[in-house]
Amino acid sequence: MKHTLVALLRDQPGVLNRSVSLFRRRGFNIESLTVGHTETAGISRMTLVIDGDTTSVEQVIKQLYKLIDVLKVSDVTQDPNVTRDLLLVKVYAPPAKRSELMQLADIFGAKIVDVVPDAMMIELSGSPEQLDRFVDLIRPFGIREMVRTGCVAMTRGASTISGPYQSQEFRAA
Amino acid sequence: MKTLTGAQMMCEALIAEGVDVMFGYPGGAIMPFYHALPEYPQLRHILVRHEQAAGHAAEGYARTSGKVGVCVATSGPGATNLVTAIADAMMDSIPIVAITGQVVTSLIGKDGFQETDVTGITQPITKHNYLVTDVRDLPRVFKEAFHIARTGRPGPVLIDVAKDTQNARGVFEYPATVDLPGYKPNYDGNRRQIKEAANLLNQAKKPLIMAGHGILLGHASTELREFAEKTGIPVITTLLGISCIPEDHPLSLGMPGMHGWVHVNRAIQECDVLFTIGARFDDRVTGKLDSFARNAKIIHVDIDPAEVGKNVVTAVPIVGDAKRVLEHLTEIANPNDHSEWVNHIREVQATRSKRQRDPESAMFTPHHVYAEFTRILQGEFRVCTDVGQHQMWAAQLIEYMKPHTHITSGGLGTMGFALPAAMGVQVACPNEEVWAIAGDGGFQMNLQELATVVQESLPLKICIINNGYLGMVRQWQELFHERRYSATPMWSPDFIKLADAYGIPGVRVERAEDVAEAIHQARATNGPFLIEFVVEREVNVYPMVAPGASISDMFEDPSEVEIEDVVAVK
Ligand SMILES: Cc1ncc(C[n+]2csc(CCOP(=O)(O)OP(=O)(O)O)c2C)c(N)n1
Ligand SMILES: [Mg+2]
Repeated sequence: MKHTLVALLRDQPGVLNRSVSLFRRRGFNIESLTVGHTETAGISRMTLVIDGDTTSVEQVIKQLYKLIDVLKVSDVTQDPNVTRDLLLVKVYAPPAKRSELMQLADIFGAKIVDVVPDAMMIELSGSPEQLDRFVDLIRPFGIREMVRTGCVAMTRGASTISGPYQSQEFRAA
Repeated sequence: MKTLTGAQMMCEALIAEGVDVMFGYPGGAIMPFYHALPEYPQLRHILVRHEQAAGHAAEGYARTSGKVGVCVATSGPGATNLVTAIADAMMDSIPIVAITGQVVTSLIGKDGFQETDVTGITQPITKHNYLVTDVRDLPRVFKEAFHIARTGRPGPVLIDVAKDTQNARGVFEYPATVDLPGYKPNYDGNRRQIKEAANLLNQAKKPLIMAGHGILLGHASTELREFAEKTGIPVITTLLGISCIPEDHPLSLGMPGMHGWVHVNRAIQECDVLFTIGARFDDRVTGKLDSFARNAKIIHVDIDPAEVGKNVVTAVPIVGDAKRVLEHLTEIANPNDHSEWVNHIREVQATRSKRQRDPESAMFTPHHVYAEFTRILQGEFRVCTDVGQHQMWAAQLIEYMKPHTHITSGGLGTMGFALPAAMGVQVACPNEEVWAIAGDGGFQMNLQELATVVQESLPLKICIINNGYLGMVRQWQELFHERRYSATPMWSPDFIKLADAYGIPGVRVERAEDVAEAIHQARATNGPFLIEFVVEREVNVYPMVAPGASISDMFEDPSEVEIEDVVAVK
């Protein structure tokens, strides 16, 4: 089963490198990883998607906590949450195929962001499953180039993950 | 306001951290630091002959004193020479701070002369590391580095300081506290979990304590003993846990694992509750995991949450400091007596685990040497061993009575460890008898340190167990590689003449009857002394669990088993 982890990191030199190097060294399988700014200056947020069948989620959390600049790690998989991935895809689109593609994009709430005589770039943000379905549908048209950012996630409701920094059982030592 | 150079700040910081000695080697990028050093006579600097030795000496110092060991090197090759010792300290949770010079800030990233990405190289083998390029960061970084090295699960921290930063001036104000919101080790184990552990142990019929390095690192030997005595539960000690309980204690059973004792591994397989504290279930201890302690519920106490549940399934996980957890547990556990269970293990011991070799045997083996050690030294010594057969025999055969008297490279298994580590031990305990015990192979990996021993007047006793082979590898070749002795026979120089070239007296011993005399001679010598024991060449360490096999399948004689049957993975 896939797990989505959210981690808060202090913006110190090498903190991202340390995390990624840890995953490599311990043989953790990371499906996607994104990092970006947060509401607090000096703190970044990392979202990880892990295949829990091949990698021990508990070990990922505990090993991340051992990094001095990791403040908090949460497995949000079981919490109600919003998970989003962003897709840019360049599709082969001769004039005869354009309207069909635009219809599909419309159904998914995707945006056409660039059109040239025989290609079209589409932008879509949504859950990873939604993106998968969309990509499957447009694949027959001929995908020329594609990129996905990987997931970011946030739990629903008023509480935040940055509350108290560490939960007792996973504190670094 | 008075300003200091970065180099002076480094010295001031070391003093503020209570450092009085460091092991190092100078070079271009660390010269400003060495320039400042003579202004601080309270900081003793020991010049080694290779930076690896500086690292191991710092480890030896830390492993005995419980204080943070410090080593210093220049950039590039100086720093890379430290790498093995840093990795060794990481594997065995040893608090050291390694200080390296780095090329000037403007050259960083430009492949400057002797530039190496040291923070990059040491990232997976340090608890934390820093590159300092702003003199204002120095006090905070030193404060944090020592704090991180010595607290929680101890470990090595590296500070790489650019040369121009060492020369820059700034105001020195040493912080009183650290601000590390992501680093808060948990010392008090969860009370409910401790209660649950006590309940399990109270009900257990055949409980067993497995004590590891955490007892020594956490200075919890007394607490361990009190706990064992109150509950009557016998104690086994891992390689790095050796000396955390006196080995003649009625509840002390000895070492488990690949070269542990039959009765100890049998006890693990028979026990119903295995209380493991400060040990991490290394594969050399567990053998094949799914058959390890198969009748037992496991309680695991460790300061590092990531160790709990990493290798074995735990019934009761407790994250905390060994001393505090034991204190609490002793308070609430029921007094008990398990003499029947202990006697049962002792019976196995009597028939299956011989500390002495067959006295009829005409061969001169390390068994004779170690038996004399125990007899003559009476536990009043500190021993640093190297890696190989002689190390396993020293763990099995010498009797250790006081904490921190058995020092060895466990997790990394670093050949060349014994001599430099023993220097650090001797510096930490100037008035005690310190022995470095190495094989003919490992001794030659850091023998250049004989010069340091002499220059610093360290009265080390050095003992080489010379079997003419890389013995442990030869043993595996004999057992698992068709006796093909590929690259293991080893020629050595005349070690006594070699010692003599350094001005160190020594003797060669070739017969069992001469062992005691040589040990007496070494002890009577005021200063360093070297003994070369030329022992039987092809003797194997037994008992043994083949790599990857279950600890139930120990053999003491290869003819007892079909090797193919017990070897799972090599
Ligand atoms: C630096 C290093 N290189 C290689 C090894 C692999 N190794 C483990 S034991 C051993 C043989 C050690 O020979 P010696 O020092 O003579 O000790 P003996 O086993 O003969 O007692 C070797 C080569 C190691 N542990 N460390
Ligand atoms: Mg040898």
